[in-house]
Amino acid sequence: MAVQPIIQIRGLVNRFGTQVVHDGLDLDMNPGEILGVVGGSGSGKSVLLHTILGLRQATAGSVRIHGKDITSMDRAQMLDIQQRWGVLFQSGALFSSLSVLDNIQLSMKEYTRMAAATREGLANLKLQMVGLPLSAGSKFPAELSGGMVKRAALARALALDPPLLFLDEPTSGLDPISASEFDELIAYLRNNLKFSVFMITHDLDSLFNICDRIAVLVDKRMVVGTLDEILANTHPWIQRYFHGARSRAALGVKE
Amino acid sequence: MTYLHVHKSAEGIRVEVTGDWTIANAAGLEAELDTLPLQLDIPVCFQPGQLTQLDLTGAWLLWRKVKELQDQGQQAELANFDSKHFKFLDDLPEPQEELEGHHLPGLRAGLAGIGRFAIREKAQNAAALAFLGRIFSSLVRVAPHPHRWRFKDIAHHTYATGIQAIPIVALIAFLISIVLAYQGADQLARFGAKIYTVNLVAISVLREMGVLLTAIMVAGRSGSAFAAQIGFMKINEEVNALSTMGFDPYEILVIPRIVALVIVLPLLTLLADLMGMVGAGFLSVYMLDLSMTQFFHRAIDSIGLNTFLVGIVKAPVFAFLIGFIGTMRGMQVSGSAESVGQQTTNAVVQSIFLVIMADALFSVVFSWIGF
Repeated sequence: MAVQPIIQIRGLVNRFGTQVVHDGLDLDMNPGEILGVVGGSGSGKSVLLHTILGLRQATAGSVRIHGKDITSMDRAQMLDIQQRWGVLFQSGALFSSLSVLDNIQLSMKEYTRMAAATREGLANLKLQMVGLPLSAGSKFPAELSGGMVKRAALARALALDPPLLFLDEPTSGLDPISASEFDELIAYLRNNLKFSVFMITHDLDSLFNICDRIAVLVDKRMVVGTLDEILANTHPWIQRYFHGARSRAALGVKE
Repeated sequence: MTYLHVHKSAEGIRVEVTGDWTIANAAGLEAELDTLPLQLDIPVCFQPGQLTQLDLTGAWLLWRKVKELQDQGQQAELANFDSKHFKFLDDLPEPQEELEGHHLPGLRAGLAGIGRFAIREKAQNAAALAFLGRIFSSLVRVAPHPHRWRFKDIAHHTYATGIQAIPIVALIAFLISIVLAYQGADQLARFGAKIYTVNLVAISVLREMGVLLTAIMVAGRSGSAFAAQIGFMKINEEVNALSTMGFDPYEILVIPRIVALVIVLPLLTLLADLMGMVGAGFLSVYMLDLSMTQFFHRAIDSIGLNTFLVGIVKAPVFAFLIGFIGTMRGMQVSGSAESVGQQTTNAVVQSIFLVIMADALFSVVFSWIGF
């Protein structure tokens, strides 16, 4: 394929003392796809995300984003990459001292020169996109419900129209209705705005319904494939994960 | 113009959209859109020229401009764009509701502010009284059962608020007595009464400075720590967890802290008094040319047991005030990390204020009874 992967990880090793979390992990993510990342608790999903985001220095290996290695990057290059991704943290991580609208506008203020009114209009547009009422903009994170926090955090992640979006368990803690609405929202936005989504999730419904491919973190490495390929995989952990009672139920719903 | 090229023809104005229409260029894009030479009666059509990039922000700026022109009654349209962005923007549901803004005019807003302040203060005083009540009811419930006194917690807080505060309290007491002695000696020397510097320092340290500075130090160190610790537990729902498990959060979180402070502050005050006297002695010998013996005689002449007791008796009261305010502010934390900061500040400011106010009251009462 001639298309350059948007994320390309080669031979990634992460080690804490004697404990090896990743051992020669490879992963390619194509532009425009929604990649679901699964793995057992403690399998190193968060460590992987932190490594890709540059929050953690890998023990060995390379991580390329937009074709550039983030492990050997100066500040200016990193800043450029950082402005072209959006991250939705598991708990939202909205800045509690800023209103929702200010949260969304924070990076716009820092990195673009726009009239204040335009910026606010744009922030309101993001609110509208994620399905929040405009009155939510003046609220503070502590005043929002769990589902609204996730939506507001998504709006903040989308602030600079990034081509790459990281979602860390976006539907955890949401009721099934809100969770499936959130899934639909992500799929809808991706289909219309053409960005790539790297999504860590435990939600089998999201995996089966909106992910184009699934990456499974087992034995310190990645097993990547479409849903059907993963379902056909014979690894015992993958078998148990995707053929357990919950999984069969979710699959049944889909079919 | 770099992003927009205007072509006028018989049937209207054709605007070619070129370049990078992305959020990075938003300021430039907006400026060009605002300065387009258009006329209300001539239809305008936006078309892609050498459009290299278009993101949602660029699309939105263009889309908004067209909407604005249409609202003014001008014929305007977007043609031949192969981007999904415009359809996406068209399809967005209308905002669910308008921003509700009820702005009162100046004077009334000021009055409303005063009213709100008064109501809030009243509620706060009621809450403080209720908190005091809960402390005492928990104390009464726990007191008859020694196995529920939580010696371990008390010991932990005694260590954190007391033992760890020893160096700084000692140093401050030593330094402040030197300050007092210096200033006193300068003034008293004019009357040839330099020797009375010893009286001045001994009495002011033992009666006031020792206990007051120690209390302020402890309020800053431990009052703030109490508020922050309990506040974080509140946000993390640890306080709720305790309640649902059948524990009384006041018994576990509040009382051991207050008891520890009530034990610790008199001891720290004792230390401060001692260090104050050491400082005074040090200065007397090296600056006032008194001998150690003279200093001792002077000091023992000028102070009695009373002088010392007047200071030390206040310590438990100050300790209770600091512990009470610190834990109460912690329990009042709600919602966010911002609130922890706010309540911690409140805890320190108010406990210091109350300590000084109580000190003033003590002074008045002691002078009445001639203590």
